[in-house]
Amino acid sequence: MTSIAVLIPIALGMGLIGLAAFFWALRQGQFVDLDGAAARILIDEGEDAAS
Amino acid sequence: MTRAARRDADTLAQPEDARLVHTALAVPAMHCAGCMGKVERGLAALPGVAQARANLTARSVGVDHTDAVTVPDLVAALARAGFAAQPRASVLAEPVSAVRPLLAPLAVAAFACMNVMLLSVSVWSGADGATRDLFHWLSALIGVPAIAYAGRPFFASAWSALRHGRTNMDVPISIGVTLATGLSFYETVMHGAEAWFDGTLMLLLFLLAGRALDAMMRDRARAGVDALLRQAAPGAMVMADDGATAWYAATDLVPGMVMRVAAGERLAADGVVLRGSSRLDRSLLTGESAAVPAGEGDRVLAGTLNTEAPLDVRVLATGEDTALADIARLMEAAGQSRSRYVRIADRASRLYAPAVHSLAALTFAGWMLAGAGIYKALVIAIAVLIITCPCALGLAVPVAQVVAAGALMKRGILVKDGSALERLAEVDRMLIDKTGTLTEGRPVPDAATLAALRADEAAVALALASHSRHPLSLGLAEALAARGVRAAELSDVHETPGRGLSAQWHDVPVSLGRPAAASGGMAAALAIGTAPVRLIGFADALRPDCADALAELARQGIPASILSGDGVAAVATVAHQTGLTAQANASPQDKHEAIGRLSAAGHRVLMVGDGLNDGPALAAAHASIAPGSASDVGRQAADVVFTGASLRALPRSVAMARRTMRVVRQNFTLAIGYNLLAVPLAMAGLVTPLIAAVAMSTSSLVVVANSLRLSFIDGERA
Repeated sequence: MTSIAVLIPIALGMGLIGLAAFFWALRQGQFVDLDGAAARILIDEGEDAAS
Repeated sequence: MTRAARRDADTLAQPEDARLVHTALAVPAMHCAGCMGKVERGLAALPGVAQARANLTARSVGVDHTDAVTVPDLVAALARAGFAAQPRASVLAEPVSAVRPLLAPLAVAAFACMNVMLLSVSVWSGADGATRDLFHWLSALIGVPAIAYAGRPFFASAWSALRHGRTNMDVPISIGVTLATGLSFYETVMHGAEAWFDGTLMLLLFLLAGRALDAMMRDRARAGVDALLRQAAPGAMVMADDGATAWYAATDLVPGMVMRVAAGERLAADGVVLRGSSRLDRSLLTGESAAVPAGEGDRVLAGTLNTEAPLDVRVLATGEDTALADIARLMEAAGQSRSRYVRIADRASRLYAPAVHSLAALTFAGWMLAGAGIYKALVIAIAVLIITCPCALGLAVPVAQVVAAGALMKRGILVKDGSALERLAEVDRMLIDKTGTLTEGRPVPDAATLAALRADEAAVALALASHSRHPLSLGLAEALAARGVRAAELSDVHETPGRGLSAQWHDVPVSLGRPAAASGGMAAALAIGTAPVRLIGFADALRPDCADALAELARQGIPASILSGDGVAAVATVAHQTGLTAQANASPQDKHEAIGRLSAAGHRVLMVGDGLNDGPALAAAHASIAPGSASDVGRQAADVVFTGASLRALPRSVAMARRTMRVVRQNFTLAIGYNLLAVPLAMAGLVTPLIAAVAMSTSSLVVVANSLRLSFIDGERA
């Protein structure tokens, strides 16, 4: 019983952290330009990468 | 350097005006990582631009800049980087995504469903007493707020349907979810044995997934929604009487002003040419790529592109009064008839919802009559509601449509939304535009004449043609290059607008240009020294596979006719080649009315067209398809856009749409079949939360698996 009292809060806490991370990403606009995000890793950034 | 320090340095660099303005520009030609890099670097290099961020999904770029930088400066910077750009009409008009409001409820439902299921598994495996109560309370703690939050899209939709005295799929869902949550909470408080939080959350999760898939399809189509507004030039350089020039936004232009339209700019208003002569690309209005000449005194229309030389235009009509706005209004009115279309899922739920509710009511009444007591009768009635909740039904349509759209996309056919596939499956008559749809929409030189050219003549012709952007030159250069001709060495090449090209070839004067005598159809004259002039005829060739595609459509029971705005002679030639009946000289209104006549006669019309002049007809037809080469307006109004050159895309789309509908009907049968099995159990009071959870996920998996069969396109039958 005591192990449950420890494990359940841990399980819920980890789930909540994941949920909070998703909401943070949503609010940060991480899902605004999915095609662009996929293509962006291919951009050769030269010396003017400081944009 | 820290971020704060860098920002300080920026501020110091522009101490007098650090106020930043945000401008959004549409960059339709941007389609890869390289383009994004060029666009961002090209803009960032401009002094006064703080940052530029490209959005590939929306084909636009957002720029933060000081107000010393004007919109034309930004457009010019993009032009230097090699991209045509138009300011977006308004940042506020940016399309809102349909998926994004569903993402948060979906995440919450998934989180809650997983955690509650974890607790439910222990209850099912035998936890009882205080442990079971604790688990139920925890489930309620997670489940009730999660259901309240994740269920909002359904509650809102059901409420608005009920308020208007209608019912839809969301009404039985909302009633089931609310009752199940209430009952589970009551059970929890009363230390009962069964709580249904897990099943309710799983139901919401599956339904939200279906909704999100459906919305994802619609989002893909949204990118072109404000194309029409974007295409009208949002401003013009206006010349005052004293010769001073100033930039006016399109909304501030008034009739009587004189605007100077540089080569490469779109006209912001209708008007009449005062000075200058040029050629105008009217492809936005007509879909025809051949530029038409415009000289002093000619009427010119908003939305056309000036291709050659600057023009001074006196404004006659602006904004709402332009020909462009007329067509836009006609399209808007035409689109309303289509929005009355009732999707198959809603049609199904109109039959389904009353059946489910009367079953539940019957169950309640039956158990009351059998003397089971209100509590027990209510529990069993609610179990019936939960088990019949259209979980698999909610997935039956969107999953099939998303899979079909994905399979078509691999073949270069883009479907805008699910209802497009439903409507496309029903068509039984086709009207097709000529220029740019049945034909390639660009002039192709006569093959026999090209074959008759001597090698040196061909080499000179290619060399001359490659120096011009004129449509005939482009067509000639492409055809000659395809024949393996190498360009001759020329010197002193120059192009006279309206006349043609001339140059020196080994001290012999050569020229390629308009024939001296006006002959029928399009032609170019090739002159080399004193040798006889060669006349190269051009024609707008039919698309490849045209005959095959039309025959295939006829086999599918879809007879076609041509509906063209072109002259009788040109249409008659194509009608003869394809063996179709035709109507020529059709204005946008005529095309719209032709659709109306056929619809009134009970036909479901498929319209295939490309130009703005087809826009109203595309919007009014039961379903519509546009080639990828169409004007933005055509692509926006059409349900389906195919990117390849072949017309085979037409029968292929129809066949796929019909297959999709077959799978959707199978899915309905599977989902309802499961209910037929489960409902008697539920009515007998034998269903436990465990059975409900297993049955629900099994039926959803079966429906998804059946839909996935649509991705095997090669087994395609008509």
